[in-house]
Amino acid sequence: MSLHVDPAAVEQIASTLYIRALKMLPPDIKQGFATLAVRETNTTAQSVLGVMVRNIAVAEATDNLLCQDTGIPIYRVTIGRDVVVDGVTLTEAIRRGCAHATRAHPLRSSVVHPLTRRNEHTSCGIGVPVIEFNYSAAFDGLRIEMIPKGSGSENMSWLKMAIPAEGADAIKRFVIDCVLDAGGKTCPPTIIGVGIGGTADLCVHLSKLAATRPLGTACSDPDGAALEVQLLAVVNELGVGPQGLGGDATAFAVHVELAATHITMNPVAVNMQCHSARRASAVLTADGVAFGY
Amino acid sequence: MTAHVLTMPITEAQVRELRCNDTVTLEHTLYGIRDATQIAMFDRGRKTRFDLHGHAVIHTAPNVRRTDFGVATPAGYAPVCVGTTTSARMERFTQPLMAQHGVRLIIGKGGLGQGSLQAFGALGGAYLAIIGGTAALETTWIEAIEDVDLDDLNPESLWKFRIRGFGPLLVAMDSYGGSLYDAVDRAARGRRDAALARLGVKPS
Repeated sequence: MSLHVDPAAVEQIASTLYIRALKMLPPDIKQGFATLAVRETNTTAQSVLGVMVRNIAVAEATDNLLCQDTGIPIYRVTIGRDVVVDGVTLTEAIRRGCAHATRAHPLRSSVVHPLTRRNEHTSCGIGVPVIEFNYSAAFDGLRIEMIPKGSGSENMSWLKMAIPAEGADAIKRFVIDCVLDAGGKTCPPTIIGVGIGGTADLCVHLSKLAATRPLGTACSDPDGAALEVQLLAVVNELGVGPQGLGGDATAFAVHVELAATHITMNPVAVNMQCHSARRASAVLTADGVAFGY
Repeated sequence: MTAHVLTMPITEAQVRELRCNDTVTLEHTLYGIRDATQIAMFDRGRKTRFDLHGHAVIHTAPNVRRTDFGVATPAGYAPVCVGTTTSARMERFTQPLMAQHGVRLIIGKGGLGQGSLQAFGALGGAYLAIIGGTAALETTWIEAIEDVDLDDLNPESLWKFRIRGFGPLLVAMDSYGGSLYDAVDRAARGRRDAALARLGVKPS
């Protein structure tokens, strides 16, 4: 039976997802904290991680946002098989849902015009929320993932158009230098997203996909997956630590996403996700809506 | 390492007692300030009716709910979620904030730079680190939004919070040139070449 997507349902889902993402940290991130806390040898860092874990519990107990930064809202729509949907209507419904959540909760609108700095207090503006469309043959229905991307980590984003003669060494050196430059500004421990290859814009996009991938997942390319393991071990020996106050727990993970690139190019991008690595998702099928992370 | 409890506002002598790695819990009053607030104050000549002398400011733009005016909501706002943003963007405002407005303490995350460190030494101030991203917890330390100024900049207004048991916060930069961020940064950069060697990469 084909799924005919109801715009009113999508609007409601887009609103719910924004608030849900801001309040409930995914289980893989909670597990990430537990893993880092066990390994941490620095007493200040142990205390910092303890406060972060306590905050997760307080947010749940008080039904409050984990972090004040409502971020730039990103919605990733994956259209599966046998779905009947009007893309324009769907996009409008997501924008309305995002604005509704902002007004109704209420949430701080963190979105302004880039030149006038005017805030419409809807979390919406030109091109924001960011709405991406993907397609999948893996399921029937429609999946929407919502990510409020905080600015502390987003302000620390980098692209280097390295050249083939610099090889993979340039990629590794670049990642280490980005972690050092970021210090505590990205709210570590972070997920370090590394985009490799593609065009300049695709490379940056890949770094964002990598930074927002669930913990415990690996790059689908075996060489990319090997690089993830290699880089994480070294990053967590730099001593930046949680909040840049020193310690072992600089990153939960290094995630790599790859695309083929040009014979003359060797691009690398880094985007980080802060410790409040928030995301929420909903799958819409003919049977109804199921919320997850 | 000393645990201080400071009822705001404080004197220069009190701030000079603070040393890196001490902890501080604040009581009574705290002001919230942000990028747009300080751009308005220091680049566009906007004046505030608040007297910030001896006070602490926190780098924040809170989530708030508009309400009727009442005992618990004297400014017509209730706090929803009050957290802290990355301080580094506001580095150039530390000196004028202290010199022109007498601010003694800056609360933020991620640390401030050399200009701020010099201002803390010359004028008597300190930076208190809060754990970024822990706003739900931080909000439980806020009793009320007592007043608000420059509210056309909302959410980057100048907020006056009534606080209780705000902390413990970590003294991360003091008036004696101490900065935990500098120490960590120096040590981490000192490990760079060894890290690259482990990856089989030359340092250059």
